Amino acid sequence: MKMTDRRITLLFTCITGLTILILVFIIGFIMVKGLPGLTLSFLLESPKEMGRTGGIFPAIVGTVLLTGMAVVIAAPVGVLTAVYLTEYTRDTWLPKIVRFGTESLAGIPSIIFGLFGFLFFVIYMDLGWSVLSGALTLSAMILPTIVRTSEEAIRAVPDAYREVSFALGSTRWQTVTSVVLPSAKPGIMTGVMLAVGRAIGETAAVIFTAGSSLRLPGTLLDSTRTLPVHFYILAREGISLENAYSTALVLILLILVINITAYAVMNRLANKGR
Amino acid sequence: MHNKETLIQWLLATVALSAIAVLALIIIFIFKEGSPVIARLGLAKFITGTKWSPTRGMFGILPMILGSVWVTLGALLIGVPMGLATAIFLAEMAPPGASRILKFAIQLLAGIPSVVFGFIGLVILVPFIRQWIGGPGFSVLAAAIVLGIMILPTIVSVCYDVFKAVPEAYREGMLALGATRWQTIKMVVLPAAKSGIIAAVILGMGRAIGETMAVIMVAGNATKIPVSPLEPVRTLTSNIALEMGYAIGEHREALFATGIVLFIIIALLNTLARIVARSEKV
Repeated sequence: MKMTDRRITLLFTCITGLTILILVFIIGFIMVKGLPGLTLSFLLESPKEMGRTGGIFPAIVGTVLLTGMAVVIAAPVGVLTAVYLTEYTRDTWLPKIVRFGTESLAGIPSIIFGLFGFLFFVIYMDLGWSVLSGALTLSAMILPTIVRTSEEAIRAVPDAYREVSFALGSTRWQTVTSVVLPSAKPGIMTGVMLAVGRAIGETAAVIFTAGSSLRLPGTLLDSTRTLPVHFYILAREGISLENAYSTALVLILLILVINITAYAVMNRLANKGR
Repeated sequence: MHNKETLIQWLLATVALSAIAVLALIIIFIFKEGSPVIARLGLAKFITGTKWSPTRGMFGILPMILGSVWVTLGALLIGVPMGLATAIFLAEMAPPGASRILKFAIQLLAGIPSVVFGFIGLVILVPFIRQWIGGPGFSVLAAAIVLGIMILPTIVSVCYDVFKAVPEAYREGMLALGATRWQTIKMVVLPAAKSGIIAAVILGMGRAIGETMAVIMVAGNATKIPVSPLEPVRTLTSNIALEMGYAIGEHREALFATGIVLFIIIALLNTLARIVARSEKV
């Protein structure tokens, strides 16, 4: 009897080990293959010959612009939605609809967001393949993540804080802005950073809305190419595997730094709570 | 004062409705663009047609529907047992410190972009299958393995939370009766966590069906119904992404119609997940 117990523990340890091994392998593989090509000039130069030589500077700019704008659009909407869901609703039909909307949006695959962004922003609103179209599409995609994490952060603020604020004669909105949101800020930041991590790696939704121009975007209505799109095109069309590896490395490092920071903030919060 | 508060409340409610507004716009625009071609061909012909040949005006997406189904089932076959075992290990067996670090590592796995998963599959998995198992390498099997790994973090983290929510008293009761740890897990923890595990599987399924870039790179994308796991396959998502770049007219409409079918499948899965989640609360 004890024997089967030990065997099963061993088996499950091995499976967990395999899962971790896959992670280490993926990151290690990209590191080893991408590190030789990762120089300062690779980061700061424009690509030449469709990316066969030269660097990835425009793709870095495109990624930062697109993701930054998506967050600027989605974060206020998401946080205010979370405030509404936690602080303002009594049990009516409205919050149920809001929750249904965010939950449904969370389950929609990125390619559908890409199709929608193409039809709505690129064609219907006539924004063309542009930074703006891409950013608006991405903001719709990351909205559910921001709502959910902000909601959790706001719910974690002790009720006593609110009661004290009300007792001092504050209105609900004053309580939200001066007590609830400041206490929930680190949690909200974590959620926003996780959303950024997701947005940076997104390909399908971006390629049909921001296009894949290799030039540095001059205005928000110019087409641009993000790092994952650049990587995809380099790898799939076999333009340059070497540059593809280095691009992937930049992308992965960027995402790892953002996610590790986000979880570090979250962990510090959890420890403070104890 | 009171008026200002009411105004703020209404403003917030308006902002909060933006998510449902986006959802409505997505549905309206994709259905408007894709439904004419379905109406013209007939729904039955569109989803049961086996030939996809845009240049000859033939739009049957059965190969892609089956492609998505095979690839997703394959991914579940790999991702669910692995994810479940990992979650059981982390929640029930590993020391808390190790469990925290490993769980963190698995969350990082979720952060790796899908194009990178696809690329690793392309340069390592595809040649491996071609050389050691057979076929062209680009296959249902390759796509299933890549997707199976991609849904691991979802399965692990949802199942982990579900196991942690099973009251400690259940375990103590079993152990006091002289049961071993595995017997406790098998007879108490797993049954108590059943609906949560099902919810995790449905979530993983949704992720696998909706995944695009990783699948394109390893599946081979042939538009015929695969008869073996070693044959190339095209999914609904890849069908859209591969041809959107150059499609015009009826061809483009047919791609949006493919999007409608995908959307409906996802909506059904979401509804199913919601029902399961509700039954758990009761």
